[in-house]
Amino acid sequence: MNAFALLFLIAGLGLIGWLTGRARAVRFDRGARGRVNSLPSQHGWYVALWTLLPALLFVAVWSAVSPGLIRQAVLEHPAAAKLSDFAFERDAVIDEAGRVAADPRASAFNPIAAELAPAVREARSRYGWMGGGTAMLLAFAGGAFAFSRLSVDFRARTRVERWVMLILLLASLIAILTTIGIFLSLLWESLRFFSAVSPVELLFGTHWSPQVIDPKHPGASLGAVPLFWGTFFIGAVIAMIVAIPFGLMSAIYLTQYAPARVRAWMKPMLEILAGVPTVVYGYFAALTVAPAVRNLAVALGDTYASSESALAAGLVMGVMIIPFVSSMADDAIAAVPTAMRDGSLAMGATTSETIGRVLIPAALPGVVAGVLLAVSRAIGETMIVVMAASGAANVTLNPFESATTVTKQIVDLLTGEAEFDSPKTLAAFALGLTLFVITLLLNIFALRVVKKYREAYE
Amino acid sequence: MTDRVPSSPKMSARGVNVSYGGTPAIQDVSIDIDMENVTAFIGPSGCGKSTFLRTLNRMNDTIPSAKVTGDITLDGEDIYSAAMDVVQLRARVGMVFQKPNPFPKSIFENVAYGPRIHGLAASRPDMEAIVERSLKRAGLWDEVKDRLSDSGTALSGGQQQRLCIARAIAVDPEVILMDEPCSALDPIATAKIEELIHELRGRYAIVVVTHNMQQAARVSQRTAFFHLGQLVEYGATDDIFTNPRQERTKDYITGRYG
Ligand SMILES: Nc1ncnc2c1ncn2[C@@H]1O[C@H](COP(=O)(O)OP(=O)(O)OP(=O)(O)O)[C@@H](O)[C@H]1O
Ligand SMILES: [Mg+2]
Repeated sequence: MNAFALLFLIAGLGLIGWLTGRARAVRFDRGARGRVNSLPSQHGWYVALWTLLPALLFVAVWSAVSPGLIRQAVLEHPAAAKLSDFAFERDAVIDEAGRVAADPRASAFNPIAAELAPAVREARSRYGWMGGGTAMLLAFAGGAFAFSRLSVDFRARTRVERWVMLILLLASLIAILTTIGIFLSLLWESLRFFSAVSPVELLFGTHWSPQVIDPKHPGASLGAVPLFWGTFFIGAVIAMIVAIPFGLMSAIYLTQYAPARVRAWMKPMLEILAGVPTVVYGYFAALTVAPAVRNLAVALGDTYASSESALAAGLVMGVMIIPFVSSMADDAIAAVPTAMRDGSLAMGATTSETIGRVLIPAALPGVVAGVLLAVSRAIGETMIVVMAASGAANVTLNPFESATTVTKQIVDLLTGEAEFDSPKTLAAFALGLTLFVITLLLNIFALRVVKKYREAYE
Repeated sequence: MTDRVPSSPKMSARGVNVSYGGTPAIQDVSIDIDMENVTAFIGPSGCGKSTFLRTLNRMNDTIPSAKVTGDITLDGEDIYSAAMDVVQLRARVGMVFQKPNPFPKSIFENVAYGPRIHGLAASRPDMEAIVERSLKRAGLWDEVKDRLSDSGTALSGGQQQRLCIARAIAVDPEVILMDEPCSALDPIATAKIEELIHELRGRYAIVVVTHNMQQAARVSQRTAFFHLGQLVEYGATDDIFTNPRQERTKDYITGRYG
C-alpha cells in the first residue's frame, strides 16, 4: 500500500475518532451540579490520540523492519542463487532490482536484476498490504478501545495530559536517538575498517598516502598521525592564537568597558559573525589570506612557501571562532558576582587591575571551558580547510608549510571515484569516529568544568 | 557612650543630590563625619543610605546611570574635582559591603590585595607584616594564622566579613564605610564585628549603615536618620534615641513604621 495513502487514512480515522468521541461526550448527562470532569473536546482528543499514536508508531517500526523482510524474501527466489557471493556485488544487484521494480520503464543492466525485479515487486506489495492492514487495524482497535472507555466520570483531561507528555518525550528522544544512530553507523563502518587495518596502525602510523595503498598491507600507508598533527596545529594552535586573545579582549571590553549603547550594537555584530556560513570563510581563506601569507613567506625568504599554508587556514579559522570564544568568555565574566568587582574597585584598584587580578582569575574555569569548546569546533571545522588547506600530510612546525587535517582527508577520501568497501574509503569512517570521540570528550569535559564553575557562584 | 567633641570634620557633604537615570534617590544631604566618632546611618529600606554612603568613596561612579551633584570634601579637598584621583580616594576611604565578598584567592592574598596594587610593601617580610597587623586588627589573626594559604571563600560568613574588614584596613585608610556589615551574620559573628568597630574607633573615621536600632545605639556616637532620600535628623546617638527632635525620627525609632 502506498505510504502516503496509508498516512492519510490513519489521519482520517483519527479525525473520525475525535468527532465521535466529542459527539458522545457532548450528550453525557452532566448531572445535578452541571460540571464534568473533562470537556467534550478532551474526550475527542483522547479517542483521536488512541487512534493515531499506536498506528503511527507501528508504521514507523514497520518501515524500518520491512526492507529487511523484503530482501529476505527476494533472496529466497530461485534466481537469487545465481548471485555472486561477494556481498558488495550482491547488494548492488538487489538495489538495481529494486529500482527496476519501482519504475517499469527502467531497464536492468544486470540480467539477474531483471529476473529478480518481479520478486521484489511482489514482496513489496505483500509486505505493504500486510503493514498497512495491521496499521489500520491498530488505529481502529485503539479508537474503539478509547471510545468504549468514555463516560461522564472518565478523566479524559488527565489522560490526554499524559499522552501529550509522551509525545513531547518522544520528540526530545529523537534528537538523542539520532546521535546514537549516527554514532553506531560510524562505529559499524569503522569496525569493518579495523578488520583490515589495526587501530594501532591508524592512530600511531606516521605515513599517510591513501592514493597508493598496498592491498596486502593497507595499514602501512594509512597512518593518521600527520592528520592529527595538522588538525591540532591548525585548529588548536594557530586558530587559538588568534581566537583566544581577540575573543577574550572583546569579551572584556564588552562586559567591563563598553557603554550600554556600544554593547547594544557590538554584541549582535559579533553574533552575526558567528552565523556567517563557513564556506564564505573558506573563500576568504583561499582567495585572500592564502596568497597574502605566501607573499609574506616569500618576503621572509621562504621561496618555496606553499600557497596552501597551515597559517592561512588557521588564521581564518581563528577569526571564525572569535565570536564563539568571546561569547563564552562574556558569559563567564558576567557570572562573576558584581560584589567581587565592587570589592576590588572599592580597594582603589583600577578597572584593568580588577579585571586582571580578580575577574579573569575568578572567571578562568569558565573561560577555559569556552576555549575547549571552541577547540572542539575548530577541529571539526571542514569547509575552511577543504578550501584552503592542502592535501599533503606533513608533520611540521613551520606555519608557512602545508598541513592537512582529519576533516579535509575525510572529504578527499569520500569524494571522487569511491569504491566502497576498500580500506581507503572505510578509513574515512574510522577517522570520523576518532574525531567524534575526541570532540565528544572535549565537550563533556568542558561542560563539566562550566557546571562546576556555575555552582561555585550560586 | 560619649559624643567626643568633634575637631574639624574628616569628611563633609554639602547639598548632595544623587539620581539614577533622572530619578532622584537622595536630595540635599549635608553632613559632617568626624574622626573621633562612629557614625550610624539609619532609615527605612530604600531611603538612600547605601546611595549616600557610596558617594563618599565615589563607588557610584561604577553605576552608569547614577549622577551626583553637590560638594563632598575629604580633609577639605573636593573629592569630585578633576584633580582628585579616584584610585587614591578609595585607598583613603575604604568600604565593607553588606554581603562578605572575599576574592577567590588565599586569605593572605585577600589581605595583600590592596597593599600590592598600591605598592605599600617593599618586600615580602613587609607584606607579611602588613597582613599580620591587618588580620590582628580585624580580630581574625588567631583563627587563621595557621592557614593563610587557604581560600578566603572557605571561611565562615562572619570570618569572611572580618577578612573583608582586614582587607580594607590593610591599605591604612582614613575612613571606613560599612554598609550593613552584619546583616548576613548570626548574633555571635555580629557581636564580634561590633566589638571590632569599637576597637577601630578613633584610628579611623567609621560610618556604619544599619537596620538594627540596637546596633546603632551600641556602636555609634552619632546617628543620621534618612527618610525618603532626605537627611531628617543628625546628632548625638543618645539624643536621637532618647530625645528626637523630629516627629518622623521618633516614629521610626519607636517602630511605628519602617
Ligand atoms: N543601581 C541603581 N539603579 C537605579 N536605582 C537605584 C540603584 N540603586 C538604588 N536605587 C534606588 O535608589 C533608592 C535608594 O536606594 P538605596 O540602595 O540607597 O537604599 P537603602 O537605604 O540602602 O535601602 P536598604 O536599606 O534596603 O539597603 C531606591 O529607591 C532604589 O530603588
Ligand atoms: Mg542599602
